[in-house]
Amino acid sequence: MSRIYEMTAAEIRDKVRSQEISAQEYLHSILERIGYVDEKVHAYVTIAREEAVAGAREIDEKARRGEKLGPLAGVVVAVKDNICTKGIRTTCSSRMLENFVPPYDATVIERLKASDAIIIGKTNMDEFAMGSTTETSYFGATRNPWNLDKVPGGSSGGSAAAVIAEEATVALGSDTGGSIRCPASYCSDVGLKPTYGLVSRYGLISYANSLEQIGPITRTVRDCALLLSVISGHDSRDSTSLRIPRKNYLKYLIGDIKGLRIGLPKEFFGEGVEEDVKEPVLEAVGKLEELGASCYEASIPAMRYVLPAYYIIAMSEASSNLARYDGLRYGYRDENDEGNFDEVFSRNRRIGFGAEVRRRIILGTYALSAGYFEQYYLKALKIRTLIRRDFERVFKDADVVIGPTMPLLPFNIGERIDDPLKLYMCDILTVPANLTGYPALSVPSGFRRGLPVGMQIIGKPFDEGTLLRVAYTFEQNTRYNEFRPPL
Amino acid sequence: MSGSHRIPVEEVRHIAELAHIELTKEEEIVFAEQFNRILEYFSMIDEADTEDVPPTFHVLDLVNVYREDEVYESVKGNEPLRNAPKKEGRFFKSPRIV
Repeated sequence: MSRIYEMTAAEIRDKVRSQEISAQEYLHSILERIGYVDEKVHAYVTIAREEAVAGAREIDEKARRGEKLGPLAGVVVAVKDNICTKGIRTTCSSRMLENFVPPYDATVIERLKASDAIIIGKTNMDEFAMGSTTETSYFGATRNPWNLDKVPGGSSGGSAAAVIAEEATVALGSDTGGSIRCPASYCSDVGLKPTYGLVSRYGLISYANSLEQIGPITRTVRDCALLLSVISGHDSRDSTSLRIPRKNYLKYLIGDIKGLRIGLPKEFFGEGVEEDVKEPVLEAVGKLEELGASCYEASIPAMRYVLPAYYIIAMSEASSNLARYDGLRYGYRDENDEGNFDEVFSRNRRIGFGAEVRRRIILGTYALSAGYFEQYYLKALKIRTLIRRDFERVFKDADVVIGPTMPLLPFNIGERIDDPLKLYMCDILTVPANLTGYPALSVPSGFRRGLPVGMQIIGKPFDEGTLLRVAYTFEQNTRYNEFRPPL
Repeated sequence: MSGSHRIPVEEVRHIAELAHIELTKEEEIVFAEQFNRILEYFSMIDEADTEDVPPTFHVLDLVNVYREDEVYESVKGNEPLRNAPKKEGRFFKSPRIV
């Protein structure tokens, strides 16, 4: 039999429910695994051992008493460190929140707990989710489990690395411009950014609130569907969460895509996209055709402007969302209180925030300032409309749009971090889904030079079901999800 | 439309002040150089034809979402002070305001 930490969420919850394996036994095998590999990978910022052990014991007692267990019974979840967990520190991988212990749970955490899942800890990320490599973390970089010299992608790099390194059953990430899909692609996980409004953002520490969603990072499409079914649905505490009926996404897992129409935007396979990425994704598309789908070439002309538009909007929203960090009620407060409020406030923010966070706040402030508002921010919002119109046009004929998730293979740690613009370029293929609000999923689609390549499937609003069906059919016919990094 | 205009170091300092972020002298210089490269790249959007295109502030067509004005349990006792880096008794300790 396989080692027990290797089990998927769908497997472990059945075994915990039938009391074949106890939640405690499973948890301990994962804790042991973390002890063995996390020194190399550095996926976690905080391990909540005590809380997790207590949670597992409670689930086992419930099972013994014959109580019905939830859909995630015993499943061990790693949570990105920008999602608030009551009593467990939540740092955003920033010195600013190094000691912040939230007094409440995010809605997604409440829902996980109500489903009998176990929160094992908080995962490393780019500071305040600003980055694509997990290198901007105040606590140091996470390493790619497939090659420890490479970046794991970001900003949810810790979550993606923890999942493929089997340091958790599944994980939660957040995606503002690709922060779930990028690390999922780089670590060979399944990662889904849901449609904007499907998952409550209550308790997600805001970076760019009109763009971001919380979503699952898993090793199988089934686990992705399972986790999404638990975390999605209306929440009155997030006014942007939509009142739509909750769904059981497992029902979409049928291995049939006959008649599926796939749009392939030529911009997703154009200049700046490496052959090493293009090739496996086109092979994957060929596989989908073999399975009954049809493809046609599409075009998203506004792709040319998508990256600057995204960064202008994200930075502008960041400058507003991060204005709250003054070090007064919580957050970093320097010993030195000399000067007036403005001076103390500005000093706390210099020391508490890393370089990339400060860069984005200042540039966002600039883009919103009198004289530049129309040239940058308003113009970017108009381009957002153009991109949406382009996608709406493509979706008249296509059920899904497919391309690579990332334009290049995972690169070396340290290779791009000193050049912000070069780093921003990595997000070109992921930001359209955030600007439009559309759902998008990255699914493992092979390896080049020993490194994973992800295929991105973008869908119509609230059509996560189709994304899961396509990804599931592909996974069942390729089995790239069965490979594990040599740790 | 203009291309990008170059931001001098003084302007970087001024914006940083507005954003309440102190910068060291070295950072002002590095940031100014980086901002100019980034903004030059951003200025590519100038050429996009957005005549008569409305801005998309938000992807959902939601207007004024209301809920019942009910009282919920809130954080109690000294809990709100738990994360305060400096406090005195039951109060947050602020730096000098004026």
